[in-house]
Amino acid sequence: MTVQGWGQIILYMVVLVALGYPLGMYMARVYSGERVLLSRVFGPVERLFLRAVGHGERKGQTWKQYAGSLLLFSLAGWLILYLILRTASIQPWNDYAGTTFHAAPWNVTFNTVSSFLTNTNWQFYGGETTLTYFSQMVGLTVQNFVSAAVGIVVAIALIRGIAQRSGKQLGNFYEDVVRTVLYVLLPIAFVAALVLASQGVLANISHYLSATGPTGLTQTIAQGPVAGQEAIKELGTNGGGFFNVNSAHPFENPNGFTNFFEMLLVLVIPVGLVFTYGKMVGRRRQSVAIFATMFILFLGGVAVAYAAEAHGSPAQHAAGLHTHVISGSTGGNLEGKEQRFGIAGSALFDVVTTVTSCGAVNSAIESYTGLGGAIPFANLSASEVIFGGVGTGLYSMLLYVLLAVFIGGLMVGRTPELLGKKVEAREIKLVALGILITPLTALFCTALAVASRAGRASLSSVATGPQRFSETLYAYLSQSNNNGSAFAGYTGFVQPNAGNVGAHGVTFANLLGAFAMVFARYAPILFALAVAGSLAGKRVSPPGLGTMRTDNGTFVVLLLGVVILVGALTFFPALLLGPLVQALTGHLY
Amino acid sequence: MTLTREIRAAFVSMVVFTVVLGLGYPLVVVGLSQVLFPGAANGSKVYVGGKLVGSSLIGQSFSDLVYKNGKVELQAGEPVTTPDPRYFQSRPSATVPPYNAAASTFSNYGPNGKNTEQFIAGNISSYLALNRAPGGTWYDPAVTTAAQVPVDAANSSASGLDPDISVANAKIQAYRIAALRHLSLTEVDSLISRYTTGRSLGFLGEPGVNALQLNLALNRLTGTPAP
Repeated sequence: MTVQGWGQIILYMVVLVALGYPLGMYMARVYSGERVLLSRVFGPVERLFLRAVGHGERKGQTWKQYAGSLLLFSLAGWLILYLILRTASIQPWNDYAGTTFHAAPWNVTFNTVSSFLTNTNWQFYGGETTLTYFSQMVGLTVQNFVSAAVGIVVAIALIRGIAQRSGKQLGNFYEDVVRTVLYVLLPIAFVAALVLASQGVLANISHYLSATGPTGLTQTIAQGPVAGQEAIKELGTNGGGFFNVNSAHPFENPNGFTNFFEMLLVLVIPVGLVFTYGKMVGRRRQSVAIFATMFILFLGGVAVAYAAEAHGSPAQHAAGLHTHVISGSTGGNLEGKEQRFGIAGSALFDVVTTVTSCGAVNSAIESYTGLGGAIPFANLSASEVIFGGVGTGLYSMLLYVLLAVFIGGLMVGRTPELLGKKVEAREIKLVALGILITPLTALFCTALAVASRAGRASLSSVATGPQRFSETLYAYLSQSNNNGSAFAGYTGFVQPNAGNVGAHGVTFANLLGAFAMVFARYAPILFALAVAGSLAGKRVSPPGLGTMRTDNGTFVVLLLGVVILVGALTFFPALLLGPLVQALTGHLY
Repeated sequence: MTLTREIRAAFVSMVVFTVVLGLGYPLVVVGLSQVLFPGAANGSKVYVGGKLVGSSLIGQSFSDLVYKNGKVELQAGEPVTTPDPRYFQSRPSATVPPYNAAASTFSNYGPNGKNTEQFIAGNISSYLALNRAPGGTWYDPAVTTAAQVPVDAANSSASGLDPDISVANAKIQAYRIAALRHLSLTEVDSLISRYTTGRSLGFLGEPGVNALQLNLALNRLTGTPAP
């Protein structure tokens, strides 16, 4: 580890909060229906859109109506995206890679579509070898925006449920979505895309280049409209790469500055939303407590991952490499890492991307050391509540807050309440189900994949020993948490040629993965909205002497305990079989 | 709100979003970038004598084709190549063939694999072999065992397209380059420092040496013609 490495990590946190706080305040204004600076430009667009979709009167919806709109909206998105991805052969620019692109097989497309709808962006597809520019722009970029918006509006609806003084309405789904897109995602993504393009991220619609190097070897270099998608991919915590290797590709992430910038894009909305919550419920200290909890878990993860990667891997040591820092070299486990990011820039990105549901990667997670790799596992096991994906992180964390309030209430023997609203049997049942669905899906799918021949067909040819289990567990843990990062050796797509001629997908892995993503996305959303609906109608009782406070250090400790315990109890046995074995032994398999 | 109206709302909104966010947004970004940053947005191309030799952001393999009976030797459909010792060598790459900038990929070697150890050991012995002059002497006498090889030279990069090598790696290869190109070590070292990209803004990321630009500068210095 180096001083410079730590300096970079600490600076990241400072800048993140400095940007996230004002953004959170701004979002609170957006979702309270206030006019903002951009209303001048986008106000008419917003009104026109809402009239066109038949929600011009912006009528408030009950939780069931809100959920209904959300589900139908997602279904429409699924069908349109499937149609776009399956018609690659008739799309414009489909021969720009030097060969005419065909659509990816139905099962891979099924998986890809489900993954973009659910903000997962799991990559069985290969980017530059699988998808046309048209599919990337008109298909994937659109879902990068709207799936992020769907996540955010669910969090907003839950906040409204908690804050609501009267009535059962949670807001209007279409109004929330269009305001998210116009006032939050689009302007930030637009500026970010131009910043990235200035640094060398591609922004063109050109044929792949053919170059002849100094020794006479020819090299074909992929091109494309990358910058626009790169910006929203990070900002919306989507994570689906334009290229196969995602943000490790120099055309997605060309230097140390863009690496830092992209990490900020990933976390700025999740951090901002924490402050939006405090502002909208009128108790800013609530935000501080939640932020502190997330921050402690986050910092712990970064410290462990950085230390483990800087130490190096058993395979490196067995091959005789020295992995300490020497003059002019970072040392450490540089397998699957880029020189320009080094160990600190890779480890920090790795934690940033796995605490959120982003899943973009700038290094190969499969090549992380046992302990370094255990951090993404731990982050996923905590169900993405350490900042988490845009919106999903906050609503999942609020479910944990309700659970912590309930457990705290049991301990002191009083009716549990959050901000004056009584938390009763109905809410706790919904909360428990909402929290347990994701881990159950992950474990169920992993068990199925490990136990069946069809599931084992996806194992990487280079994975050995416990790594084979880790790969499978990670695949379903990541998809259930709608993360999308991968132990990338796990295959669902066999593609001998660019352009999908002769390619075939592994049906089992594609369909099981798609199921995990869709189920573990929409079921918790429904439970979160149901909780919102249930809380919305409740009377607020004034705080008394015996009321348990939810904004002090004691509550932070309680919340930390609940998050860690639930994660540990559900996943510890599974983690023992894979990453922990690898972390604890220097043995080679 | 009836079901039909809600279904209509879902499809209308998705179509509107598809047009605005799928065509409008990316095309405006492309258009503006083409005007504002044409070099960066088009792949940071590098030309020598009017011919495209690569991209300064994308690494490449500085190797020569191997000929057998007058024909390029093939292995599994890909031409066999051997590193050209007169050039600084890039990091190991897991793409097929190495530095395939049309199909990036990770190596996905795990931390505890015997095959990972073999892979790394293979990279180390290739690196050491290049440090060995035909007479059996070492170009850089300080680097003769695995323990002295910098990690970036033994481990494959994430993208398989890493344009950079570490400064330590470049300084070791400098001995070989100086000997084969009849330059002084100081001349080569000063080129290395000229093509070392520092940390962004002085503290973000890690320094590295851009292999393509360094090699092209070497060619200019020694007057090696373009192929």
